[in-house]
Amino acid sequence: MRAAAIDEMARVMREEHGNPSGSHRVARAANRIVDEAREAIGELLGVLPGDVIFTSGGTEADNLAIGGVGGAVVCSAVEHPAVLAAAEHLGGRIVGVQTNGVVDEAGLVDALDEHTSLVSLMLVNNETGIIQPLAELAAIIRKQAPKARLHTDAVQAAAWLDLSVEAAAADLISISGHKFGGPKGVGALGIRGNVKLDAQSRGGSQERDRRGGTHNVAGIAGLKVAAIELMAEREAEAVRIGRLRDRLLDGLLAAVPGCTETGERQLKTPNIAHVCFDDVESEALLFLLERADIMATAASSCASGAIEPSHVLAAMGVPRSRALGSLRLSLGRTSTDADVDAALVAVPAAISQLRSRGSL
Amino acid sequence: MSATEVLVALSGGVDSSVAAALLVQEGYKVTGVTLKLWGGESDTGCCSVSDVDDARRVADSLDIEHHVFNFGDDFNEHVVDPFVEAYNTGRTPNPCIECNRHIKFDRLLRRADALGFELIATGHHARITETGGVYRMARGADAAKDQSYVLHMLGQNQLRRLLLPVGSMTKDRVREIANDIGLRVANKPDSQDICFISRAGGKEVFLGDRIKLKPATIVDQAGETVGTAPAVQLVTIGQRKGIGLAGNDSRRYVTDINHKDAIITVGPREDLLVDVVPLETLEWSHEPVQGPVMVQFSAHGAVLPATVTDGVVRWDEPQRKVAAGQSVVLFIGDEVVGGGIAGD
Repeated sequence: MRAAAIDEMARVMREEHGNPSGSHRVARAANRIVDEAREAIGELLGVLPGDVIFTSGGTEADNLAIGGVGGAVVCSAVEHPAVLAAAEHLGGRIVGVQTNGVVDEAGLVDALDEHTSLVSLMLVNNETGIIQPLAELAAIIRKQAPKARLHTDAVQAAAWLDLSVEAAAADLISISGHKFGGPKGVGALGIRGNVKLDAQSRGGSQERDRRGGTHNVAGIAGLKVAAIELMAEREAEAVRIGRLRDRLLDGLLAAVPGCTETGERQLKTPNIAHVCFDDVESEALLFLLERADIMATAASSCASGAIEPSHVLAAMGVPRSRALGSLRLSLGRTSTDADVDAALVAVPAAISQLRSRGSL
Repeated sequence: MSATEVLVALSGGVDSSVAAALLVQEGYKVTGVTLKLWGGESDTGCCSVSDVDDARRVADSLDIEHHVFNFGDDFNEHVVDPFVEAYNTGRTPNPCIECNRHIKFDRLLRRADALGFELIATGHHARITETGGVYRMARGADAAKDQSYVLHMLGQNQLRRLLLPVGSMTKDRVREIANDIGLRVANKPDSQDICFISRAGGKEVFLGDRIKLKPATIVDQAGETVGTAPAVQLVTIGQRKGIGLAGNDSRRYVTDINHKDAIITVGPREDLLVDVVPLETLEWSHEPVQGPVMVQFSAHGAVLPATVTDGVVRWDEPQRKVAAGQSVVLFIGDEVVGGGIAGD
């Protein structure tokens, strides 16, 4: 987490005791913190400050968008579980993706009709980093389902793409603080234009009756600071991290036989190196990498902490046997050349151990 | 010199928790692993989120690494699917034995190999003896908790790499140790029944969801119909209660099951008696044995004398038929000398 965001949260918790919903001087001070954050997040998302709804993170923002619009929902098969589960809850339709991870246009056309009320397509996939061409897909949606709103889960995108441009086609945009150096448990849903949204948590008039509940003032203050820092450095960081990611991926592909890069690099954000290793089990690989002080993931973890086979890779048509050998190495703001060097030693060593001792 | 490493299977229960604690005390470098085996509904056993949480918190309190291995695919393939198929073909399987055979002492052991662990440990109540380089599975110190029957299939390559730290103590002592060192699972109830079958639905609902249960006709020795049963698959040879005979006639046992035509024959106990244990398979723990043995054919069932002659196991006194699919384990004294699966 960004030091400036931590400092600001600590300051707010120490010094600002007001509830933004109150009317006295102390409450007004707290309200100003929230309003200033609204301006920063509005700028980050490319929406008006008044159209920013603070939430407890990306999952709540996704649920608010989908449940709040309701009706006939369509989403892609590679969405985060927050979107998939919310859409399934409403009996939504699921659209497949091509082998490169991009939404299948013919499938999208088939799923849409004049009754479709909401389409949810993530801007960047959290497992693979694959970017959806949102503007092109939005054009299809406008044509096939003129009444439909477009929601995009931009949680994974915010740190790397200018959402005011890349998510310009979306009516609803979800983000989460911890993906760009802000706090966990704080996020936002941005609304572009006039979208009627039913509150999913009722009982308070906060956020113009669209999200009841006392504001997490310190968290929102931390989110603001992180967003301002992010906007100042995003472009340069994307270039720097992209170079590290390329060196990491090229190094792995050269050093490890039976290693396949997932997706096309030019269609992805610069921070994720996602590969599949033949004849290796992710679980065993992650175990050895943790011992080498490399904390990586494979797909998503369930509540028990067990690794479940990736629904994203399955949707892309990656055979299960290969998907079970997947590895996602994420880079970020604090990543360095030395980290890449360490991974380029540890990963090939672990693969070689597992293959020689027969992990399967 | 660095400490010897051991991978401990932590179920979240008191036995495996104490096993891990004892190994830490003995100076091993211990890594805990919880197996995620079953994704469906369940209220017992080793698969629920709260059990994994318990295991994780025990590992934290012992200051050891903890991991979760998802062997769900293997569990379905080697335990659940064969369990369903066995019932569907008129056999009575023991899924705990298949889990030990295929998951804990094969899949996990191979994973341990890959990760560089020479030793693994579990919280089973059984002991491992070694004489002149020959390892044997032996009964645990607590007769009521003994699990040597469900571990009988372990061979030399498994036994020499396995540690069973609580096998030499009573369950009461295990709980006492857990209390003494402040383990949060000290008073957790023992797991019972089949871990992938929920208590509410039971076997009938579990199997009914997966196979078509066939109503059966119950006949006596003369072929006269005396009743019906809701599912031929749920009836076991030797059963006398719960097959729905009028008057709950406790002198009549299931003596034969014709699965194909769904006909259950009942008769007096004498009709069940056999001289020879019909074994489909028989594997020796080390060298083949001749002469007197003690035979056990269910997890906590009777242990009866028999004699082995050239691989044929003959009861000393005629005994009730063992249901096909059940494991039959041969002991000499406390030690397992062999075992196999009962056939028709």
